[in-house]
Amino acid sequence: MLQCKDVCVVDRREFVLGAAAAALLAPLLAEPAVAQGKGPENEWQQLLKRIMGDATPTAGRIALELPEIAENGNTVPFNVSVESRMTESEHVKAIHLISTANPQPAVATFRFTPASGKASVASRMRLAQTQDVVALAELSDGKFLMARQAVRVTIGGCGG
Amino acid sequence: MTTKPRVRIPSPIKAGDVIEVKTLISHVMETGQRKTGDGKVIPRNIIHSFIARFNGAEVFKAELAPGISANPYLAFHMRVPGSGDLEMTWLDDGGNKVVETVKIAVT
Repeated sequence: MLQCKDVCVVDRREFVLGAAAAALLAPLLAEPAVAQGKGPENEWQQLLKRIMGDATPTAGRIALELPEIAENGNTVPFNVSVESRMTESEHVKAIHLISTANPQPAVATFRFTPASGKASVASRMRLAQTQDVVALAELSDGKFLMARQAVRVTIGGCGG
Repeated sequence: MTTKPRVRIPSPIKAGDVIEVKTLISHVMETGQRKTGDGKVIPRNIIHSFIARFNGAEVFKAELAPGISANPYLAFHMRVPGSGDLEMTWLDDGGNKVVETVKIAVT
C-alpha cells in the first residue's frame, strides 16, 4: 500500500536528483530536516542567490497569480507574467518559480525568446504546506524582478 | 506518457498575432519523496523538460522540478509570424520522449 507522502516533509529526506534537477539545484544535498530549525528556508534563499549572483531584484512588473487559499496542495494553479515588449533588445529571458517550504525549493524555470511574444505562463504546482511562493524574472539586460505571494494550504499534499 | 498530449490553440489566427497555447499531458510526476508501505523510496520520475518550437525556432521552454503537479498543464504564448508547424517535445527522467506537432494556419 502506498503512503501518500508525495509532498510532505518526511523523516528520512532522501533526494533523488535527476540530471535536470541537478543543474537547477546543484549542491542542495542532505539538508537537515525542518525539525532541526534550519531546513528549507535556507535552501530557497541559496537557490535565489545562485540564480541572481550579486544582483538585487526589484519589485514590480512581475505578476504572480496564486489562490490565497489552496484547497488541494497537490495541484495549485498559478499564472506568472512579466510586462515586456519582448523585442530582441528588451525581453524576459526566464522566470524562475521557487517554493519556500517544499522539500525542494525549485518548482520550474520557464525560458522565453522574443518569439514568445508574451512572457506569461500558467501551470499547476504542488505545495506541501502553507507558505510563500517566489517568482524571479531574469531580463535580457541582466536585471532581475521578484514577486512573492503567500498561499494558505488547507489540505496539504497528503490529504491530511 | 503513453497517452497523446492535448493541445489547444485559438482560431482564427492572423499573421502577427500573439496566441496562447494550452497543453496537457498525462504523467505521474513522481517526486521521489514518496515511500512504499515497507519504507522503500519510490524513485523520482518526472517530465523535466518541455520545449516548443515554431518552424524550428524555440518559442518557449520549461524546465520542470518535482514541485509541478501530476499531469502537467502548461500554457504559454507565441508570436505567429505566418503559417507553420508548432512542434512540442516532452522529456522525462526515464528517457521517454513525446513529440506532438500542430499545424498553424493563418487566415
